[in-house]
Amino acid sequence: MRIPFIVGLVGLAVLSGCGSGTPAPSGDSNTTTTPSATPAAPSGGNPSVIKIVSSLPHTGSANAQIMTIVNGIKLAIDEVGGKVGDFTIVYEAWDDASPERGQWDPAIESANAQKAVADPDVMAYIGTYNSGAAKYSMPILNNALLLMVSPANTWPGLTKPGVGEANEPMTYRPSGKITYYRVVPADDIQGLVAAQWASEMGCKKVYVLHDRELYGQGIAKMFQQASGPLGLEILGFEGIDPKASNYRSLVTKIKQSAPDLVYFGGTTQTNAGQLAKDLRAGGLAVKFMVPDGCFEDAFIESAGAANLEGNTFITFGGLPADKLTGKGAEYYANYKAKYNSEPQAYSAYGYESARAVLEAIRIAGKKDRAAIAAACGQIKDFDGLLAKWSFDENGDITTKTLSGNTVKNGKFEFVKILGQ
Amino acid sequence: MSNTEVLLQQLIIGLSNGMIIALIALGYTMVYGIVELINFAHGDLFMLGAFLALTVVGALGLDAIPEPALLSWGFIPLLIIVPLFCATLNWSIDRLAYRPLRDAPRLAPLVSAIGVSFVLINIGLFWGGLRMDVFNGGVAAASPKDFPWIVSSANLLGPDSNIILTWNELLVFAITVPLMIGLSVLVKFTRLGKAMRAVAQNPTAARLMGIDVDRVIGATFLIGGALAGAAAVVYSSYNHTIYFQMGFRVGMDAFTAAVLGGIGNLPGALVGGLVIGVIRAMSDQYIATEWTNVVVFAILIVVLTFRPSGILGATVREKV
Repeated sequence: MRIPFIVGLVGLAVLSGCGSGTPAPSGDSNTTTTPSATPAAPSGGNPSVIKIVSSLPHTGSANAQIMTIVNGIKLAIDEVGGKVGDFTIVYEAWDDASPERGQWDPAIESANAQKAVADPDVMAYIGTYNSGAAKYSMPILNNALLLMVSPANTWPGLTKPGVGEANEPMTYRPSGKITYYRVVPADDIQGLVAAQWASEMGCKKVYVLHDRELYGQGIAKMFQQASGPLGLEILGFEGIDPKASNYRSLVTKIKQSAPDLVYFGGTTQTNAGQLAKDLRAGGLAVKFMVPDGCFEDAFIESAGAANLEGNTFITFGGLPADKLTGKGAEYYANYKAKYNSEPQAYSAYGYESARAVLEAIRIAGKKDRAAIAAACGQIKDFDGLLAKWSFDENGDITTKTLSGNTVKNGKFEFVKILGQ
Repeated sequence: MSNTEVLLQQLIIGLSNGMIIALIALGYTMVYGIVELINFAHGDLFMLGAFLALTVVGALGLDAIPEPALLSWGFIPLLIIVPLFCATLNWSIDRLAYRPLRDAPRLAPLVSAIGVSFVLINIGLFWGGLRMDVFNGGVAAASPKDFPWIVSSANLLGPDSNIILTWNELLVFAITVPLMIGLSVLVKFTRLGKAMRAVAQNPTAARLMGIDVDRVIGATFLIGGALAGAAAVVYSSYNHTIYFQMGFRVGMDAFTAAVLGGIGNLPGALVGGLVIGVIRAMSDQYIATEWTNVVVFAILIVVLTFRPSGILGATVREKV
């Protein structure tokens, strides 16, 4: 009686022990199995109302960042008075995270996409925050020719052929048309400038870690690929367990190879803070570089400011809000006036993605999903936050401005513009 | 670092992590030993203990003072308040969620435990959103919270030593080992311990002998909860990060340790915890971090294949 019971529970423990830690690094096999029926927009709805929805992870530690993205979207809609032509714009913010995961959840993201497709008023979908989540919703939305604009996805394979997996990006475009656009530069650029920056700082030997997620592992790979030609020696390339209680034994191992810099492809949600802490506790006083997934206040708070002070470097696909000029400075002032608080890094992209959606609706001039999605691709020389930009043939934004930041006195501090 | 130094360092890390796992595993194993319930809420009880510890640290102002030379005085109130809180909470959970189901089929209290676990996780999420300085003003309830250094991080082997051994590691041992010895003495030599063993063997017969079974089970939950509270203090001051979901993972490790050592067996929890801690460290060092979870569970499967009742598990006695 007792033995099978225990063994059964152990089986359960094994399953959840392996399954809870990390999703498969590139789980794109099940994203291709979406229905291939012809896009049939649901009938009904209100002909004078156009609904925009966002699908972003509200449940979890990214929430503070996400709320400023949502505020950015609302700001853009308010600026046009909530109207484009004769259409009234309605906006709903959806959550794609679950309490069990504390970050985006594949099941919820897919459900959100299906819900958006089924609602006849939804003409645009702003999301996702995580590249891994986009893999689930992209084919569903593409099949319905519903416009999707991401404020934060940086995995190159989502749009660019030949950079990610072999079947990317066509696997996300079952309809054969481009309906997905993003307003941030992809990671092939971010990984490259990160490696350049490391080399400029005089680093020679680098230990690369990643969180085994699409975004984290992806950018770590891009960093690694860019390192060779720059003469940076890669001492190790390892995936960490993002739920581990500490990384002290890993730090001991890294210490033996004596790197100048540890690069971590990951986010606050995949334990970047704990890693930073253990590097210091383990007596490894090296430079620590992380990508934009850590460019949020929660990263400093979870790592403890003292552990990051002066030797932590963060790349970000854009400029911090208070460094923006022109249209960007205008946005920053309006944001502070309206919400009486500082926007976080991705808020500007929330704002920018909403403006792209509104512009696409304006160009299309009618409430028609296919027309609006096609119109988005026609956006040219748009007066953006950083510069005038267009969408290229893959749906990528043409600006390539990145910034290098560090942590000083417990706050992010802008260091320089990268990649120009 | 020479190879010996690396091995020693990894042993120190592995044993320290293992001790913390073992302390939590005791809570699982005690409850299982007596009521045959896998208390899935135990990890989350531990998590709430960590949140209380951080709250107390904030209330005492320990986050504002610099790192102590050895040990902050605040450790003593922490080690009293947190276990007391967890013990009371665990006892109340038993009273409300498990005791009414004592005679129900075994699956019922198990499901009830999973439900309690969800409730506790959400209390943790709410707690993290409280407007306190230690919780960053509560702006991001779900973010991991930084737990300040209340134990010295200075290397006891000197600043130039390659091996790092601090009061943090020693403290883990200094708290865990006496608690385990105390617990074993309690179970082996006291009246309550005798009653606990009697209830574990046969509740009906124990009741016939005049033992108040519900009181004994309640006492077990009290003790298990107190151990989770102590573990929460040790864990937080050792790892310095707490977040509302940590109970799941830590609980999973502890439960695995309890099963590996032989569930229901107190020394087994210690052995299981230490084995898992050391295997993790060695796998990180000599195999690859990617494979650590695989290695741990593969060893668990192998052990259970040949010793289904765990490393120290007694021969199974069938209950009548």
